[in-house]
Amino acid sequence: MDLKSVDLIVEKYQEKRTALISILHDVQDRYRYLPEEALKMVASRLHMDINQIYGVATFYKSFSLVPQGKHSITLCLGTACHVRGGPKILRELKGLLHVEPGQTTADRQFSLNVVNCLGVCAIGPVMMVDQKFYGEMNPIKAKRIVEKMNPNNKKNNKRNGVKS
Amino acid sequence: MRKIKSVKDLEKWKNDILAKQKCHEMIVSVCGGTGCQAYGCQKVKAAFQKELTQKGMRERVTLKVTGCPGFCEKGPLVTVYPQNIFYQKVKAEDVPEIISETIQNGRKVEHLLFEDPNANRKISSANDIPFYRSQMRLLLSRNDLIDPTHIEDYVAVGGYQSLAKALFQMKPTEIIEEIKMSGLRGRGGAGYPTGKKWEDCEKEPGKTKYVICNCDEGDPGAFMDRALMEGNPHSVLEGMLIGAYAIGANNGFIYVRHEYPLAHQNAEIAIQQARKAGLLGENILGSGFDFDVEIAKGGGAFVCGESTALIASIEGRVGEPRSKQIRTVKQGLWGKPTNLNNVETWANVPLIIDKGNKWFSSIGTEKSKGTKIFSLVGKVKNTGLVEVPMGITLKEIIFDIGGGQQDGKRIKAVQTGGPSGGCIPASLFDLPVDFDSLTQAGSMMGSGGMIVMDEGTCMVDVAKYFVHFLQEESCGKCLPCREGLKRMGEILDRITEGKGNEEDLSLLEELAEVVADTSLCGLGKTAPNPVLSALRYFRPEFEAHILQKRCPAAVCAPLIQYSILESDCTGCGACAKICPTQAIKGEKKQSHLILAEICSKCGSCIDVCKANAVMVQ
Repeated sequence: MDLKSVDLIVEKYQEKRTALISILHDVQDRYRYLPEEALKMVASRLHMDINQIYGVATFYKSFSLVPQGKHSITLCLGTACHVRGGPKILRELKGLLHVEPGQTTADRQFSLNVVNCLGVCAIGPVMMVDQKFYGEMNPIKAKRIVEKMNPNNKKNNKRNGVKS
Repeated sequence: MRKIKSVKDLEKWKNDILAKQKCHEMIVSVCGGTGCQAYGCQKVKAAFQKELTQKGMRERVTLKVTGCPGFCEKGPLVTVYPQNIFYQKVKAEDVPEIISETIQNGRKVEHLLFEDPNANRKISSANDIPFYRSQMRLLLSRNDLIDPTHIEDYVAVGGYQSLAKALFQMKPTEIIEEIKMSGLRGRGGAGYPTGKKWEDCEKEPGKTKYVICNCDEGDPGAFMDRALMEGNPHSVLEGMLIGAYAIGANNGFIYVRHEYPLAHQNAEIAIQQARKAGLLGENILGSGFDFDVEIAKGGGAFVCGESTALIASIEGRVGEPRSKQIRTVKQGLWGKPTNLNNVETWANVPLIIDKGNKWFSSIGTEKSKGTKIFSLVGKVKNTGLVEVPMGITLKEIIFDIGGGQQDGKRIKAVQTGGPSGGCIPASLFDLPVDFDSLTQAGSMMGSGGMIVMDEGTCMVDVAKYFVHFLQEESCGKCLPCREGLKRMGEILDRITEGKGNEEDLSLLEELAEVVADTSLCGLGKTAPNPVLSALRYFRPEFEAHILQKRCPAAVCAPLIQYSILESDCTGCGACAKICPTQAIKGEKKQSHLILAEICSKCGSCIDVCKANAVMVQ
């Protein structure tokens, strides 16, 4: 694994221990998760115990210790989205992708996550796919969006000219 | 960007910007808030850019991407100034028409105007729309005019003038006195008097002190801090500068939650621009006062909205709260005196310094002054951000501004205060909204989420939702919160599965009391509120689940059943096609049937049935 980026990230924050959370965010942005080697490197550069780093990495929800899928699907289950039918969408997505929230599909295409609020409550239920927000969702719309992105979907293959 | 070294420089800068703005005949402002982005405002902006450039109108017309004006539901929003024509649900395809009709010929594009559903008429100015008419938009109104990525826009509307006044015309103690007299209370939820907090922090000895802006808006259903930070970050910075000067702090932090990338980005840009202009850094405006701000990013932990947990998180540690026997104004960040306020609180400060405490305290009720921004969401017709004077009734907010019920179902409650608050029943909607009366009703003001619930919302399910939410977000440091919430969640699970018994309710109440009395921090202390308030006002719903094994709102899956009304079914087959478990059978043009044993109760069939033939009981 190329750890040069980790070096640069730690340097960007001047090896400050207090910047640990920001450093982990940057590492995760780079590798799409927190690889063990990267965490070891962060620990040694900040002169911290690896256990401390793991403590922080596992406490905060936005960090993942396992590789994430190509596409991230984040479903908001804040109160406003909850009362407008968010749980129904979750049921649909779980059935469609055969994963639980926090997991990634076997083909590494999709990671399903739920969050407590994306702050776009006025147009709930809200779903975020690869940083793009979708408002006023329902199970049917959610299914369509995911199916459109799935390379294993025969319809998509036809459109893209791939033989299935 | 020029360096502003004195008040005179600032004044000159403002005049230059205003003179430059006068050259433009028109302004097209496109909302760039996260809500409108979900509806595709970026495409609208790009279309304007392209069309205006093609037509050679860029010199005459300014295109501005502003923060959130609040009416997210009708986005993307576009306003044309100086005529002040408000267009809603604008698509990129509409842009050529807006340019040719409104900008070139001064005519309104009728089909993009807001239509008042009650009066059946089109409204062209935002101020006349019922949603805006009853509001008092002291903070939010600037969002409509400012491009948050241009410090010049903020300076043009009088930005940083309050800072100049504070630095040169007031002593630190006078500033604190002004804030105290204004009656401003913390907008984060608890409502602690801001001036008092500043005073306590100022009195602490020591050279190093900190100010923190809490933008970790974790309450689900609340997004006013996001809108302010995204739409007008300089007002927050100016508030922090004034506060830091009053307290004697030279460093500040803005703690932004990880889920708000745009707020983070705009705050970062604002800080960079303020530094370049000399409004952050050393010897600000030549006053000798030094101050700088850094951004700290959250990691998706709800508990980090609590002050001591937030401080731990800025220090790079696990966000666990500590006992508050020693307050953060004494020992906060790195053990130094620290003053922490919420985004909305900071944003109010420049207004108070500018217009005086008497003006501010003339708005609101006896003990709650000024305005408050609420995010009005859930089962209500008009959703979005509303800024209202304290003391307005819930009825006015939900019915006059919110337009009442959404789709024919009667509104039965409103949830305020997030997971620390509670549900207020419709019978109490005449209650004035201020810190004290909401607490008395068993809820609280909180950061300002207002989630409207109707007959289709199950209150047991809502109570269960909050308990599970808090159980998941509990940091696990103290036992009552960690274990108590887990047990409360288990009881509520049982009830919603139809396995509850009569003793469950008294056990639930007993547990709730213990958790509230013995938890370490605010999260645990207020965690039982949603359950207790639901039990207080909606006990019959709990009893229906326990005694009759029935969910009156038809939400709790184990207690409901879907069926198709034979007489109404047209046999179109849409439901059978959408059903994820293939539980619907029937021939084309014949009445269909749901096989109860396979049905996953997802409700997709109801959503697609055009004949309204799917019943849920």
